[in-house]
Amino acid sequence: MMRLFSNTSLKLLLVSLLIQGSSLASAQEPIRIAFMDPLSGTFASVGNSGLKQLQYAAEELFNSRGGILGGRMIEIVPLDNKQSPTETQIQFRRAVSEDIRIIFQGNSSAVANTLNSTITRHNRRNPGQEILQINYSAVDPILTNEECSFWHFRFDAHAIMKLNVLTDYIAMNPDIKKMYIIGQDYSFGQVVADTSIELLREKRPDIEIVGNEFHPIGQVKDFTPYVTKIVSSGADAVITGNFGADMVSLARSIIDSGLEIPIYTFYAAYDGITATLGADGVDKIRLIHNDAGNPIPTQERLEYIQKFKRLNPDNDMTQHRITNALQMLVKAMEESQSTDPYDIALALEDMRFVNMSGEELWMRGEDHQIIQSLHISVHTDQNIVVDADNSGFGLLREYSVPAENTIMDHSCRMQRPRR
Amino acid sequence: MLEVFIFSTLNGLVTGLLLFMLASGLTLIFSMMGVLNFAHASFYMLGAYFAYSISLHLGFWMGLIFAPLIVGILGAVVERFALRRVHAHGHVAELVFTFGLAFLIEEAVQFFWGPDTKNYQSPDILDFPLFTLFGQEFSAYRGFMIAISVGIFIGLYYVLTRSRIGIIIQAAITHPHTVANLGHNVPFIFMGVFGVGTALAGVAGVIAGPVLTTFPGMAVVLGSIVFVIVVIGGLGSLGGAFIASLLIGLLQSYAIASNVGMPDLLNLVGLEFSRDHPLTDLWTLTLPQIAPILPFLLLVLVLIFRPTGIAGKREQ
Repeated sequence: MMRLFSNTSLKLLLVSLLIQGSSLASAQEPIRIAFMDPLSGTFASVGNSGLKQLQYAAEELFNSRGGILGGRMIEIVPLDNKQSPTETQIQFRRAVSEDIRIIFQGNSSAVANTLNSTITRHNRRNPGQEILQINYSAVDPILTNEECSFWHFRFDAHAIMKLNVLTDYIAMNPDIKKMYIIGQDYSFGQVVADTSIELLREKRPDIEIVGNEFHPIGQVKDFTPYVTKIVSSGADAVITGNFGADMVSLARSIIDSGLEIPIYTFYAAYDGITATLGADGVDKIRLIHNDAGNPIPTQERLEYIQKFKRLNPDNDMTQHRITNALQMLVKAMEESQSTDPYDIALALEDMRFVNMSGEELWMRGEDHQIIQSLHISVHTDQNIVVDADNSGFGLLREYSVPAENTIMDHSCRMQRPRR
Repeated sequence: MLEVFIFSTLNGLVTGLLLFMLASGLTLIFSMMGVLNFAHASFYMLGAYFAYSISLHLGFWMGLIFAPLIVGILGAVVERFALRRVHAHGHVAELVFTFGLAFLIEEAVQFFWGPDTKNYQSPDILDFPLFTLFGQEFSAYRGFMIAISVGIFIGLYYVLTRSRIGIIIQAAITHPHTVANLGHNVPFIFMGVFGVGTALAGVAGVIAGPVLTTFPGMAVVLGSIVFVIVVIGGLGSLGGAFIASLLIGLLQSYAIASNVGMPDLLNLVGLEFSRDHPLTDLWTLTLPQIAPILPFLLLVLVLIFRPTGIAGKREQ
């Protein structure tokens, strides 16, 4: 009798669970977020690593804790744009046709600019069907200046903010007298070159710019000819905005030529770059970045990174700003109790949010630019708690600038949609 | 200035000879089977990746021996079991097949090795500067690259022109039916040539991997340029490919080293444009900036003015 009872109650429970489950599923559609970055081709490694970090953030912080907005799950939809503006248009159409309203994108400012203008046009023509652009990594200043848009939010410091800090740091080094600038021939590379020259002239007029070189992006097989020029110019430091394979090849060629000079970079770490540079790059490669590297600021951040590492042994937590962006996005949804891009955008404006590292981030409402502290780290194997590429080498913080000192003026005149 | 010239020449030589190792296999395969193998650079990438995996366990030198062997066998298998069947449907089918194969190999490489850059290093024994000129080091590994490439060129040239096998191969190119009637197994020769051609690409991958970095995009970066060389050199001509490889290697190297551009040219004729001019990008263009696309410019010029290339035979 007892047994029968428990058996029926169990069945009842199961049935009720099933019914509840199915009703939940129909009422609680997942919130779909597109991740539009290169997932194949030359720059695939960076894109895939970002995708894993966004998926992990969604799963770990929200889905495994019962979802958001009263139980809705976040679904990340990967869309491969091959880092090409043309392919981005196609993938954007796909996102629209699948009724995805939020797009994460980060790699290449050229793509971000295309997406920005495409979204602005789309949103103007399709009121009520707007799309929100979450830019976690494209740092061309115009996106929050001349070309700023109500529908675009940037969660990374833009190139001039970073260069301002970087040139401050360079200016403090009296040994540097001759600077060589080399970069990929597109919007970001040119911003890096022009801004570095301008800022260095202001801060250290005695530094001579002995080279300002552009090369086609992703086309150079061998950087040795460029390094030959760097050597003969007598440069004692290099600034480059290169990323991906262009960054590794350039750094390797410089190191192989026996040149013992510091290389100031934006992206010379992770995705195989740190491992490839290895012992040869120690104390030579420096990076300007947000999100503190080693030492890790809080225990919470460390545990979050370590769990990601356990789940993805071959990847690193390279861009904390992806997590920051998702957390702030969710906070905006919760505050506005809405998934509509217009409501989210209003809630994101001037949001202040304390991230996992215990730092307060500010999304400036006037131009949708995040304000946060910036750091310069060196490639080394000393005092590294969280390494890169499982190589034992990683980034050690040398210089930090608090958020309030990174703020710069903007020229954004935002067109605000009316509802 | 002299130092830049010397090092640019050396850099150009290294690149040129590396390109030749790829182009030689491609042009050999073309002259024999009349098929442009779009997947050729993919075999180069496979060479680098196999060598990387082998070097993790057995060291660089074992990789140098075994990786090209594996790639060559893979190439022979592709010819024997796939390309030969497709061949019956004509050249277009073959072209499309190799085109698809290139994508397939790239995806396979990403699937097995992942999309990251691989930490494939040159051997420690070659990790010293061969010589230092004007404060700039020329690494022993680059010297080794030159030596291997030259060795292969001489070996290939000797085999093709002086040995019995070479004579049969050359005969099979022009008169396959006669060669078959003489009792030689022509399909087997084709398979062998395809295998050797891809193995050569494999060697190029093994020795280029540590310098040009090993990543899934390496085939694409080099692939297009190899076709440019084969066309400029004259389709099917080994000597032409050699000259074209060196030409393009040196051309790019010198272009990067130079410091001239449109502003200098405009100064000569006394013209000057302000920076807000709508065509400012054009007026500020420099030679180093366009260096990597110069080969393609050369390709267009060659196709217009000398469609047969440097040493190609006129098509019937």
